[in-house]
This record gives sequence, C-alpha cells and structure tokens, in this order.
Amino acid sequence: MSRIGVFVCHCGLNIAKTVRVSELAEFAATLPDVVVAKDYKFMCSTPGQEMITNDIKQYNLDRVIVTACSPLMHEQTFRKVLAASGLNQYLLTIVNIREQVSWVTHDIEEGTAKAKAVLNGAVYRSRLLAPLTSRVIDVNPDVLVVGAGIAGIQAALELANTGKKVYLVEKNSTIGGHMAQFDKTFPTLDCSACILTPKMDSVLQHKNITMMTSCEVSEVKGYVGNFDITIKQKARYVDHSKCNACLACTEKCPGKGISEWDEGLVKRKSIYIPFPQAVPQKPVIDRESCTFFKKGKCRLCEKVCEQKAIDFEQQDTFTTVKVGAVILSTGYDLMDTRELIQYGYGKYPGVYNALEVERLFNSAGPTGGKVTLRDGKEPQAIAIFHCIGSRDKNNHEHCSRVCCMYSLKFAHLFKEKTSADVYQFYIDMRAAGKGYEEFYNRIIEEDVKFIRGKAARVAQSVDEPGRLIVEAEDTITGKFIRLPVDMVVLSPAIVPRADSKDVARLFNLSTDKQGFFMERHPKLAPLSTMSEGIFIAGVCQSPKDIPDTVAQANGAAAEALTIVVKDKMELEATTAMVNPASCCGCQNCVRVCPYGAPGFNETKRVSEINEALCKGCGLCASVCPSSAIIARHFTNDQVLAEMEGLMEF
Amino acid sequence: MSQTVTPYLEMSQAIMDAGGEALKKCYQCGTCTGTCPWTPITHFNIRKLVRFGQLGLDGIEEFMWGCSTCKFCVERCPRGVEIIDIVTAIRNVYSSGGMLPQSLRAFVGSMSARGNPWSGDQSKRNEWARGKYPLYTPDKEYLFWTCCTVCYDPRNNRLAKAAAEVLNQSGLSWGMPSVDVNCCGESLKKVGDLELFERLKSNNLDYFKSQGVTKIITVSPHCLASFNKDYGEDYDVIHLSELMARLLQEGKISPKKDFGGVKVTYHDPCYLGRHSKVYDAPRDVLKSIPGLDFVEMERNSEESMCCGGGGGGLWMEKMKGERLSDLRIEEALATGASILATACPYCITMFEDSVRTLNVDDQIKVKDVTELLLESLDINIDEPVVDTCSI
Repeated sequence: MSRIGVFVCHCGLNIAKTVRVSELAEFAATLPDVVVAKDYKFMCSTPGQEMITNDIKQYNLDRVIVTACSPLMHEQTFRKVLAASGLNQYLLTIVNIREQVSWVTHDIEEGTAKAKAVLNGAVYRSRLLAPLTSRVIDVNPDVLVVGAGIAGIQAALELANTGKKVYLVEKNSTIGGHMAQFDKTFPTLDCSACILTPKMDSVLQHKNITMMTSCEVSEVKGYVGNFDITIKQKARYVDHSKCNACLACTEKCPGKGISEWDEGLVKRKSIYIPFPQAVPQKPVIDRESCTFFKKGKCRLCEKVCEQKAIDFEQQDTFTTVKVGAVILSTGYDLMDTRELIQYGYGKYPGVYNALEVERLFNSAGPTGGKVTLRDGKEPQAIAIFHCIGSRDKNNHEHCSRVCCMYSLKFAHLFKEKTSADVYQFYIDMRAAGKGYEEFYNRIIEEDVKFIRGKAARVAQSVDEPGRLIVEAEDTITGKFIRLPVDMVVLSPAIVPRADSKDVARLFNLSTDKQGFFMERHPKLAPLSTMSEGIFIAGVCQSPKDIPDTVAQANGAAAEALTIVVKDKMELEATTAMVNPASCCGCQNCVRVCPYGAPGFNETKRVSEINEALCKGCGLCASVCPSSAIIARHFTNDQVLAEMEGLMEF
Repeated sequence: MSQTVTPYLEMSQAIMDAGGEALKKCYQCGTCTGTCPWTPITHFNIRKLVRFGQLGLDGIEEFMWGCSTCKFCVERCPRGVEIIDIVTAIRNVYSSGGMLPQSLRAFVGSMSARGNPWSGDQSKRNEWARGKYPLYTPDKEYLFWTCCTVCYDPRNNRLAKAAAEVLNQSGLSWGMPSVDVNCCGESLKKVGDLELFERLKSNNLDYFKSQGVTKIITVSPHCLASFNKDYGEDYDVIHLSELMARLLQEGKISPKKDFGGVKVTYHDPCYLGRHSKVYDAPRDVLKSIPGLDFVEMERNSEESMCCGGGGGGLWMEKMKGERLSDLRIEEALATGASILATACPYCITMFEDSVRTLNVDDQIKVKDVTELLLESLDINIDEPVVDTCSI
C-alpha cells in the first residue's frame, strides 16, 4: 500500500487548452493509493514546487506523479523536490501530457480521455517503483578539444586558464582554422590576424595545453568523466622535437603542392608551413607532391637540415589520452559550387568563392593583399552573389547566416583596394547582430549598388572577351539586368565538414537535417549533446559568426568545467543488470546495445553489463529471451503494470 | 491610374484550389525571372505573375499567357515552387472567366469539337499513313502513339512516316492507334482548360484499356510527359529517341550511309529534356550516324533554350523580336551547323517558321533525329539532307 500524490500541470494553456485539467485531477483522486490530487497553472514554478513539498509532508506521500511536460524538460526539477523532502528521487513519475497529448490533438474530449489513460497507467506503475541509489564515479579532470579554429582555441584557453589540462587536437599542420585565412572581420573591420594570432601563440605557450597538430581522433571509448581517446598523429616526416623552425628546408624544396591555405589559388612547397604566422612554426612534408616520395630521389630538405629533423621513415603513431569531457569544434566547409553550373565556378576564371576572395584581401595571401584577377589585372566591376546553394531547397535549405555580412565587408574592401564598381545581388539583407545594421548603413554610404534579385546566371561576354555577364532580375523594378563584370564572388552555402558524419559516429552524436551536430536542446542546452560529457561549439553546430562562435566556445568550456571541476560525479541509477542464474549466454544484449555496455564473460558463459557505459535504454532487457536482464526503474513488473493501467481505457 | 490596390485573397485561394498550391512558397527572389528565356525579350515576368497570384491582384491578365512551360525556372527555383502548376491554375481560374486570348480560341474550339488542335477531320487522322502501316491490335507489343501534330501538319507528316519506317526496320511488333483516339491534351491542360483535358484523357484511357495497351512509344515529348505525369496510370511510355538509341545499342538497326562531315547541332525539347530528363538518347542516335559532325550549342541539355511552342505557345502569335525560336536558330547558326536536329514536332513547327521568316532556309535545315536516322539507314522518304549539303 503506497501513498501517491498526483500533481497536474496546466502549463498555462499549453495543456489546459486541450485537456480538462481539473477533471483529470478529480479523476486521479479516485485511483488506487492516490491520497491527494491537485492541479496548478505552472507546476514547475516556485509555488508549484512548494505545493508538492508541502503535500509530501502533509499527506506523508511516498510516491509523486507529476502530470506535465516531457521528462527531458523537468524531470530533474521535480526529482530535486523529492530529494529535498527526503524522498528517493526515483519514486517520481513524470506523465507527459503535453508533447504526447495536448500538443498532438485539437479535440479536448480525446485529449482528456488520453490523459486519463496515461495517468492511470502511471499510477499502476508508480505503486511498484523502488528506491534506487545513484552511482558515483571518479572524474578525470582533463578535457579534449577537437578542432583548433577560433572556437577550439577559445575553449582550450578558457579551460587551461582555470588550471585544467587540455588536449587540443587539430587535423591541419597549424591551428587557427578559417579565421586565420581572413584579412578583416565584420562589422568592426579589425584585422583577423591581430586578434587571432596572439591567441594562437597563447595556445603554444600555455603550460596546460597540449597542442596536437596533424592529429585526428581515431577511437573514443568510455563515458562521461572517463573517456579514453585514441589520437592518430599523422606522419609529418619532420621530427618536431628536433626541428628548430629555421625553415631552410622550405627554401630549398623543389616540390610544388597546391596551397590549401590559399584555397588553391597558388602553389606552395612540398615541405612547408601553411602561412608565415602558422603555429607551430615547424614544417611538414606533403607526401602527395614531394619529389622524393613520388620519384624516390631528391632529399634536398634532408641535406640542408642541420638538426637532422627530416625523417622520411616516419609513420603514423597512436596515443591514448584520458579525459573527463570533450568539446567538438570541428568547423565547416564551403559547398562545392561547381555543381551549380549556371554560375560558372571552375569554368570561368573570373568566378571566385568567398574563401578565395578572403585570401586575395589578405596581406599574407597569394597577391600580397592586392585584388587582382587570375590574369593579374585589377577588376573594374565586381558582382557579389548571396545565397549560393543556401536558402535553396535544391541544395541546402538553411541560411548560412554570415554571407550578408561578409559580402558587405567584401564590398568595403573592394572599394578600398580597387576603383571597381561593386554590386550585391541579394534576396534579403540579414544584418541582425550587434553593430551589423550600422555596418550595412556604412557600406550603403560607400556607394555599393544593391540589386534585390538572386543572380540567375553567369555567361561569357560576347562583346568584350574575357569579361563576364551577370544575368538577374532586379525585382524592385522588374527589369532584367545584364551586367558586364570582371569578377563574380559566390557566397556558397556553409556546410558540415566532409567527414562530419564520421566524427558524429565516433562520438555517438546525432546530426540535424543539414548534417550539423545536433544539440541536446535548441534553446536550453545548445552546447550539450545527447552524449553525456560531449559538448559542441562553433559552426559544427550550425553556421554562425565569430562573436557567436567565441561565445559558444566560452559556454562549452564552462559546460565541460561543470563536469571536470569535481572529483566525482553521480550517474543515473536506471541501468540494466544481468541475473547470471537465468542468463542463457545468447549474447543478444551484446549485439543490440548502442553503447557497448554488455560484455560476454567467456569463463562464466554469461553476459555482464558495465554500468558505467549503460544508459538505461532497456534495449537489452527487451531482447533477452530468458528475462535475465533487469532494467532498473523499468522492470517487467513495472512496465506490465503500466500497460495494464493503459489498457483499462 | 491609381497605384492603390487591396489584396483579394479569395482569388488567391481560387488559384491554390485549382492546383496552384505552391503560390505560398515563393519568396520573390527573382531566380525564375532571371532564368526565364522570355524575360530578356518580352514584358512577360513570371515572378510578377506569381506575386499577383499571391495577393490576388488585378492586372494578372497582363502576364498570364507569356509562359511556355519550359520548366527552366522550376529547375532553378530555390523554394521548389512548382511554377508551371501555378501558371496552369491561374489560366484555369481566369480563362473560365472568359479571358481566353483570341489566338487560343480556335485551338480550344478544335480540341473540343474535333479532339485535335489542328481542326483536322478525326476520321482522317491516319490518312498520312496511306494504309501502309499497321493499326494497333491487342496482340501487338507497342502502341506507336502518333501525336496530332504529326498526323495533321504536313511538315510533320514526314516525321510520322520516318518514325513508322524506323519502327518497321526495328522488327518490333507495333501498331498505330485507330482514329477513335484524340489529342493527349498536354497543351490544353497548360492553357488551363482542365475540364476538357479530363474529357480527352478519359477518352484515350478508354481506348488504351479496350485494346489492352501496356507499352507506348511517343514521337512527341509532350505526349510522353502527359502520359507519364498527367494520366495517373502506369503505362510503360518511351520516347522514340530512347527506343532508337536502344535499338542501335542492341544492334537491331545500324546506320550505313555516310553523312560526309555534315555538321549537325541538337536542340533539346523542353518536354524531352527538363520535363522528362532525356538528354543522352537523341545525342547517341546522332552520334551513331557515320560522318555526322555533331556540335553542341552553348546552351544545351539542362540549360537548353525553349522554342516557345509549349504551354499553348504554338498557337499564339508572337511579334518579330519576341520569338524564342528565332533566337534559337541564331544560336544554331553560330555553331556553323547546316542541320538543326531536334526531337519534337512542336519544336520542328516553330523552327521551320523561324527559318523561313529569318530567310535562312538555305543555310540551315530543321530535322527530327528520327528523319536523320532513317536517312542513314538508306531509306529515303524525303529529300535527303546529305545531297542538300552538296557532298
């Protein structure tokens, strides 16, 4: 005989609109073992919580049912109420009559009836609940940050400054990410290098940061507080412990590879540092273009290296680190606009993508910061196209969010560095950040021409060979525009990294429709993921500008800190366990578990569940033919009782 | 005239109810207009048509007849708006109000009275064949669907015969429909007469069912698209160009006659290309002909220009300077080709007109791919192109 209190929430009108909440409370009062049932406008508010606390005391309750929203929202809130009243928190049952009832019907009769059914089931189950004890585990105090663009750098520095040890893994041979490619940043036009390179240097100097360039995570094991991460150090063919960064090798190297850093606009040496301010300042060899690797002879770099740092025999190596939390800040790619044949990217030399143009503006770029076309001439007229592959259901439905603003920045820099006429072809100008509208106004003052119409096509000029013709409708006048230009700049969709699916699989993350990493909750947990202890920051979550990225990075650092700041942490008690006496050794559980929690004990011939890995999803229990697996908090008795309650309706 | 208007949402709703549901998706970016082949040469503005439709504004009549349903805008639209459905719906809503333009009245009248757009006598539908070719019977494998245009238009009669001869050469079991059938109705649907379209469609379906038709070869891409998309039945429909490419690949027919370097370019009909995604088959046929020098125009395949004949355009008068077919002939001439090949009776009609009015009929000939293939099989039912090029 238990003493149950039922608390029905109106959630304003969210629930009350399609469920008669007072009738539901009256109904609850008639159910077995229910000693008190009440309804209230917002059960999660302070008065609502106090009502529960008081009633636990007054009615000596030993079970509480909150009939409200999804447990993802407020289970923790109400568990704390129970715990504060001295009740075991696992004696709480949440009945979700918002997402699963009121939001999915317009009919108050049906809504009320269904709410009664699920509540009836919950009462049946609640009577059988047992108190459970949370597990306490040790927490590794270190943090792994994957991706060393501005997001990863910022998060790593924040964490390192609190005294935590950080492993910062970067797949390129330098840290810095896309931001290091830019010349200026909007809307303040401050120099990207001036604000980024000091941070890059801080990473290098910081005693708490282990910077791991040319590295990739290859395996993830463990769980929140105790991850075992295997990191692949790709062969650089240069022993960085010997190299003194004199760079004599890069001068002598006859090999020529395509400069990824300059977006393929120029060649670089085969032994190289990507750009002069790269961190570390030590070179790597690009195997693909290296004369020795291609032809078996050369070794010029080896001859000039006084430190004997060149090592053509170097292999990939693997190291494993232990961390308590992980931050992913893996960044983005630009869509390959060659697919959009109407714009002629890759076909006409005058058509550029945004990152290529960033390099043209950059004083460390291929033209030394001069805006010249591939033939060395200065453009006389430039068209900037917005929304290329973004806001486009044939390609990427999402808005890439930064293109409007960087296009304005481009316009300003074109005006500053050339005498060209500059045209923006846009659909909607989006300038919603701090100082952005003001920046837009400033660029309008600089006499940039805004044409409200998405560019439709780029063709070669017949009358003026070498020039391009832009075709579009100016939707404001309804006129068809044919505009001769020398340069077209595409603002391609910002898309997830090509390998983001692999990274998601590695860390057990979900991705959204576009392939960006999915946050736990779009508003209330934007930096957390469904994998406990793994956080996301920057564009890998969705397109965003530098201010937002840095803000997220700081946030993710704080989130990671909430885990690693403590020596120990509590984990959910709702795990599965095997009764070895009835286990038949079929290993169904081993096969179905998405978390690798069950293992097979070969000597005892039974399955065993690693509770630290178990998330309590119950899959194993449902496939266990001999009912040897007990999912705590969802035992067969409890689930069957709930179903019985449901089926009474 | 006052600039003041009030949105008339009942009209907008009527358009959506008539199949223009996609109206609401458009965000007026102008990609359609920038892509539309008419924008540079006429006042027709497809974006404004949609905008007027969204708000149900008066003045929509100005734009509603300009579209030739070439589908270029639909392919490029970033919102996935089915613009042709909107055009069809607007025409349906307004032309039921008696706003059908003069030039289309004869077309619709003929469809209604005679079941074909050419005011042809229905009993003479198969007269072009002169009894030489078989009628379809249930024991035959393929129904060779003769488009009304190849049955009644003298120029296109030659295409009908060429197609029939190629089919005879193929060894396939085939027959043409009896005179009981009528127009597939594709163009009629696009001019908005959805009710009459349904009547024509159901008459054709009755014939198909009564004869147990399962496989259909069409000579016109318009019939192809109509059967595949508007008839809602699961027939195995193939365009003649696809069939010819298959026959060539299987070695069932093999071109013999050498064309001696005749330069040929190819125009993708909108309903074969963008509507039905058939780009390679007609090119494969042309390239199989010995000594044929194939050249592409700058705009080809998915980016091909429109001849202007779709969407009822074939029956509407256009002023000189406002004809897409004229521009396309100029593009063809620019390649140096002496033959413009295509694979659609509407395109042929439009181009033959342009070649004459532009006075370039001595520089370039308009041919269906089928006609060229037949000539390469050394069967002459027509004046051979190779001789005309004095080789």
